[in-house]
Amino acid sequence: MSATVIAQTIEPRALRPRSWTLVVGLVLVGAVVATALVSLLWLPFSPEDTTGSRLEGPGGAHWLGTDRLGRDLATQLMIGARIALLVGLGSVAVGAIIGITIGLTAAFAASWLDDTISAALDVVIAFPVLLLAMLIVAAQGSSLASVILAIGLAMSAIVARLTRVLTKRVLAEQFVTAARTSGTRWPGIVVRHILPNIWPTLSVNLALQFGVAVLAEASLSYLGLGAPPPNASWGRLLQEAQGTVVTAPIGAIAPGLALIALVLGVNFVADGLRDVADPSRRRSR
Amino acid sequence: MIVYLLRRSAFLLVSFLIAMVAIFVLLRLLPGDPSNALLSVTATPEQIAAAQAQVGADRPVLEQFLTWFGQLAQFDLGESFISSLPVGPEIAARLSVTIPLTLISFAVALVVSLVAGVVAATRSDRWYGILISGFSQLGVAVPVFWVGILLVSVFAVGLRWLPSSGFPRDDWADPADALRSLTLPIVTVALVMSASLTRYIRSATLDVMGSDYLRSARAQGSGYSEALWRHGVRNGAVPVISILGIELATTFLGAVVVESVFGLPGLGSMLLRAIEQHDYPNIQGVLFVSTLVVLIIGFVADIAQRLVDPRLRLSISGNR
Amino acid sequence: MTLLSVSSLGVTAPGGRALVSDLSFDLAAGKRLGLIGESGSGKSVTSLAVTGLLGAGLVATGSVLLDGVQVVGGAERRLVPLRGRVASVVFQEPLTALDPLMRIGKQLAEPLARHRALRGAALRVAVSEALAEVSLDDARIARAYPHEISGGQRQRAAIAIALSSRPQLLIADEPTTALDVTVQAQIVSLLDNLVEARGMALLFISHDLAVVSAMTNDLIVMSAGVAVERGTVAEVLSAPKDPYTAQLVRSARDLDAMLGER
Repeated sequence: MSATVIAQTIEPRALRPRSWTLVVGLVLVGAVVATALVSLLWLPFSPEDTTGSRLEGPGGAHWLGTDRLGRDLATQLMIGARIALLVGLGSVAVGAIIGITIGLTAAFAASWLDDTISAALDVVIAFPVLLLAMLIVAAQGSSLASVILAIGLAMSAIVARLTRVLTKRVLAEQFVTAARTSGTRWPGIVVRHILPNIWPTLSVNLALQFGVAVLAEASLSYLGLGAPPPNASWGRLLQEAQGTVVTAPIGAIAPGLALIALVLGVNFVADGLRDVADPSRRRSR
Repeated sequence: MIVYLLRRSAFLLVSFLIAMVAIFVLLRLLPGDPSNALLSVTATPEQIAAAQAQVGADRPVLEQFLTWFGQLAQFDLGESFISSLPVGPEIAARLSVTIPLTLISFAVALVVSLVAGVVAATRSDRWYGILISGFSQLGVAVPVFWVGILLVSVFAVGLRWLPSSGFPRDDWADPADALRSLTLPIVTVALVMSASLTRYIRSATLDVMGSDYLRSARAQGSGYSEALWRHGVRNGAVPVISILGIELATTFLGAVVVESVFGLPGLGSMLLRAIEQHDYPNIQGVLFVSTLVVLIIGFVADIAQRLVDPRLRLSISGNR
Repeated sequence: MTLLSVSSLGVTAPGGRALVSDLSFDLAAGKRLGLIGESGSGKSVTSLAVTGLLGAGLVATGSVLLDGVQVVGGAERRLVPLRGRVASVVFQEPLTALDPLMRIGKQLAEPLARHRALRGAALRVAVSEALAEVSLDDARIARAYPHEISGGQRQRAAIAIALSSRPQLLIADEPTTALDVTVQAQIVSLLDNLVEARGMALLFISHDLAVVSAMTNDLIVMSAGVAVERGTVAEVLSAPKDPYTAQLVRSARDLDAMLGER
């Protein structure tokens, strides 16, 4: 009886101050996803359509104006949303599959192998995802697939280290020891005990990595190492607009705001998820 | 502590060796072999063989590695395939841009974020505390090069206060001139870095403010600011030090982006061009120096953290 | 003038939930009082309200007169001189209550220097005397960090720190809860002797009836932020009026019986 009273008085207060991040995050991410979905069915102009006058201002037929080749900026931005989401999801998937595999291996392995893997991970993690991805793209040649693979590989070390730490923590729990002594084999332990227990924390981190991946792709494209045209990445739009930033500022401002909206939105969602997964961490951030 | 120092130094050495092997292996995975960089598509088989002999690609991989490693041990980084210039001096020249850029940005960001982070934590009920917290959220979401592009358009192209790109041909011969070229890049990096650092410093300050030891110090008659100063600074520094190490390394290695925006002849732009030209000696040289710098930063950060927090001396690696 | 006079004290959490309501008691110099109740009953919050150390968002109402100074709503600069000199606190968890990065001796020297104006060699002597008083004679303790000594030693050090300012009132907030049973008994008797020897007043807070009755004769039973019963230990034990107290007494008896059987 008294427990329900306490629960009722605590819950609305606990959720209210932080829930706005989840809502704002979902709105931002939702807007980008919606844009990307629309772009699959309909675009205001063809991406190769250079019939517009060059560096046109916003308004009129071209809502956001045109670039220096006369292409429609809104069209490019919409395609960019598609690429950003594709790279984000793809890299996180690659990073998660490789990282979780390595992390679980280290956690279950004999201590010498665990130590070796951990030391190697520590070294790799000291390098930013962008630099590692640059090198891998250089080895693979630039294509959308190699960019996704490169960023995914680069982030897999971070995922692996987190997976290892979380798994070790779960393995130390009594219920896992009980399952092990009662003869459950390790695949059973992983599926039934490890993954469900590490997933809440891991998924929050993967959401943050999504943001890292989107920024890394934009940087690669800006540096000219990203996916080649016609993949209108926001990073490449920014690189192309840099020279004309004073005459046509919207070309440099719009892709940047789109990037910030997506990455900030994903981070807000991750924060919101963390609060749902672990209410005790709410204050310290 | 001495035991820790020895173990940590051994770890530094081993990780450096691992990194060197990894770099070498990674570069062998590049499509084609190093000699491709020297040749045009119409090269005859004889020319290819000659080129391979020139770069040593015709010998066994292990031998190539040992040769490279032997040269490294003598601080000989080889010569560029493209320009035939020695790699070492080229890197040294590039570092005279990248190191000041990194260190000054880092120092500026540290000062700004210390003030901003503490204010955001202690004045979380005031409008400016909330504003700072809001800005610090942007730190992880804003691309550095976008900030750079905007700053250039306002302060270099618009107001014409500072040069938009490039670096004096005679390097630091005229320090004022060199610093003027570095001002906008430094502001760009410091702005983004201080936003993300502020988050960590704010959170460390909040942890300290809610700590039991601070309350006990006050229960014995210590004033709030005295207790914060005596007990809070050290405790708050522990998590911040490792973040500082990571941020410094990231800034050093991430210089490639800001150097591209501002056309600076730094280490990052050297790596970018070397990658585009498949110039192996240059790539290997830059990675060698970067790895060394990053591992040493991690080493120093770990030592500093353990000087402050004796509890950590029991664990070896960076993660507690 | 009573040393500590609490009347109609209320403490509310940020959401408006009452943690303590309408609590009143007096504690004269040299006297002892026990506050007993389960966790969440508001007893620890009371100890913080008495010293003006409530956490952010917690609001106190009513009146707390400590040595004649109004603590509720009192300005920080008027409360600082009270803390340590008039009332000092020993907290429940010495591992977090002590600064993890500072050697024990230095943490002890801080209040000694402040309240007794000691410096240099005199301060060092006072530190080892204060440690000896809580039976920490080993010279290495002063040079140790909190994580390097045992839980019992840490609590002894925390007691030495709390007593270093020669307070008139010692507030012990569950000082034995975090410790092993055998160590608990040692700490209880140490506190008992020190309070007796110095003629201090004691506000002893615990959830453990046996521990409280070893320390004090008068007690207040708290439940859900309200004082449900007060009187001498004998009165409360023999004729518990409140159902919560009855349950407390019963479980204490069960425990006694169980221990007796062994």
